[in-house]
Amino acid sequence: MTEAIFHDSEADRAYRAKWYLSRLVIYGLLILWAIVCLFPIYWTITTSFKMAPNVMQGALIPWVDYTPAWLGWRSLGLSPDTIGAESTVRDEFLKRFFNSAITSVVSSSLAVILGSLAAYGLSRFSYRFGYMRNSDISFFFLSQLILPPVVLALPFLVLYRELALLDTRIGLILLYTLTVLPIVIWIMRDQFASIPTELEEAALVDGMSIWGAFFGVILPIALPGMMAAFILSLVLTWNEYFFAALLTSTHANTLPVMVASQTGSQGINWWAMAALSFAAILPLVIIGIVLERYLIKGMTAGAVK
Amino acid sequence: MSQGDLLHVVTADDISQGRKLFGRAIVWASALIVVLVAAAQAAQQMGKVDFGFTTWRPTLYAYILWAVCLCWSQVLIRGEHGKRTLFVLPTALFVISLTVFPLLFGLVIAFSSWNLSSPLGRQFNGLDNVRQMWSDPFYWNALRNMVWYCLAILFEYAIAFGLALLLNAEIRARKFFRVAFLLPLMLSPVAVSWMIGKSMLELRFGPVARFARWLGWENPSFFGSPEIARLTIMLLDAWTFIPFMMIMILAGLQAIPRDLTEAAKVDGAGPWRSFWEVTFPLMLPVSVTAVLIRIIFKMKLADIVINLTAGGPGGATDTVTSFIFREYRDRSNVGYGTLLAMVYLVIIIIVMTILMKVADRFTRPRT
Repeated sequence: MTEAIFHDSEADRAYRAKWYLSRLVIYGLLILWAIVCLFPIYWTITTSFKMAPNVMQGALIPWVDYTPAWLGWRSLGLSPDTIGAESTVRDEFLKRFFNSAITSVVSSSLAVILGSLAAYGLSRFSYRFGYMRNSDISFFFLSQLILPPVVLALPFLVLYRELALLDTRIGLILLYTLTVLPIVIWIMRDQFASIPTELEEAALVDGMSIWGAFFGVILPIALPGMMAAFILSLVLTWNEYFFAALLTSTHANTLPVMVASQTGSQGINWWAMAALSFAAILPLVIIGIVLERYLIKGMTAGAVK
Repeated sequence: MSQGDLLHVVTADDISQGRKLFGRAIVWASALIVVLVAAAQAAQQMGKVDFGFTTWRPTLYAYILWAVCLCWSQVLIRGEHGKRTLFVLPTALFVISLTVFPLLFGLVIAFSSWNLSSPLGRQFNGLDNVRQMWSDPFYWNALRNMVWYCLAILFEYAIAFGLALLLNAEIRARKFFRVAFLLPLMLSPVAVSWMIGKSMLELRFGPVARFARWLGWENPSFFGSPEIARLTIMLLDAWTFIPFMMIMILAGLQAIPRDLTEAAKVDGAGPWRSFWEVTFPLMLPVSVTAVLIRIIFKMKLADIVINLTAGGPGGATDTVTSFIFREYRDRSNVGYGTLLAMVYLVIIIIVMTILMKVADRFTRPRT
């Protein structure tokens, strides 16, 4: 009597087969799209270690198809043997890198500070500026999102020329703050709306001023939302190209402008371009991997009620 | 919002008359300084007197001083209520001075001929720019391209929805896939246009070109004919922005209560029917938001086009932004470019208003 007493019926077995098939399709599609997403990054990393013949052969896998070389990184002055030596390219690169870092971090922080204050005010008090009420003010802030950069670009070009702000980091920071401000307000409004007002009321009863309550009680709770807004702003400002290309020339150039100016001149000098591109995207790739949670939080704010 | 403050604060402010007067005084005094400095600079600009100004910065500083005084005076005059105004006022001043003022200034530039490199300076030329725009085939072509680019959003939306469904299924390594799918959004469009557009799509050595040849496409060319070039730009742009829609839709999917899909299952609906009759209708509001935001971002599309095709071949891939960018770079005529941008802004406002109205009607629950 070794025969199983309980066994799957014919219908159940068919179900199982179907289940395995659906798994197969789901994972197949997932892996396919993961390749679509990751291959360009992989390609850029590997290409930065290639030499001319490897590029021509279309080698794909390091150590199998070709032996990695430091050619691309040497041209940036960042390979092990050139890292100690003087390198004008590296100085140039670092200058652009810091320009990018400073403009994006400062403008994101500024946007988060201004945007959080405004969003908090709008979510708690009712205002009247002339005929504008709260909803009008909110709409005014959010409508800036529609404004295409090209509309502001040329007037700003002329204004900055008169104000001697052309090709300065401050000029870029102001504009970047303006462009990410609506997104920050959007996220933070959502964030503050989810915090009950009883908290501040308790703080006010305890004798705190309204600003004291904001900084002491509300801010710590809203911190994850602010982080999300900050990260999202950072991504947008780090990658910004249009304003930077128009408004900077030599001093305040950001990294995307440098990458763009190299693409035309380098020709088949792929390894150098790959190293440069990779260095330009690396900070955000790291942020994307480490702080993915906040990014998703930022992007989904206000979308799901 | 018609109701009063959500947060009721009862304050007994005791503001002396002198303090109020002082508050008003600093606003008017600083405003006077702005007017005086601006007038002095304008006078110098017209060549009447020479104060030794080299730039318009003094006016800017005076304006900042006025803004600070305005904020301060709110507290001085209105006490606790003023402190509440202080939450919104700095941001409002910042946005107004950085958009409304340049926009008004842009309106002036739009009706003038102004070559920045020529010594003649700005010259008012009435409606000449409008006439030039009317007969500029490249501008209309760029606008038509924008319609094409925006239509591509429908396909992006379909793919994003599919990916969100996949991520929402019961899978292992969900976090890995989510991060991997999110990464394209992190990359700067300029780097992407090199990484993919210039190297992977390179005709001789690029891996995609090799792959296309292996598939049997004899002479792959991704930027040769107008249609294919436009398609390539669309694909590149889709690649970077699909994660954005995907994340929004995924959040929407996760917010759907499980009971609903289970109830549909119990009622005997297959996966196909339960998707179309339960999931999809529930996802409509989120979808509409995602698509609208995506359209707003699509309207700004330029970086990839500027760096990859510069609008070619024959303007087939031009977006309005990249067209104006080149218009300025090539002829450095600020006036004409500004007019084109202003017209574009008007078109965008009209289109977005209509879309928002339609979307509002579309997503309202039918009773």
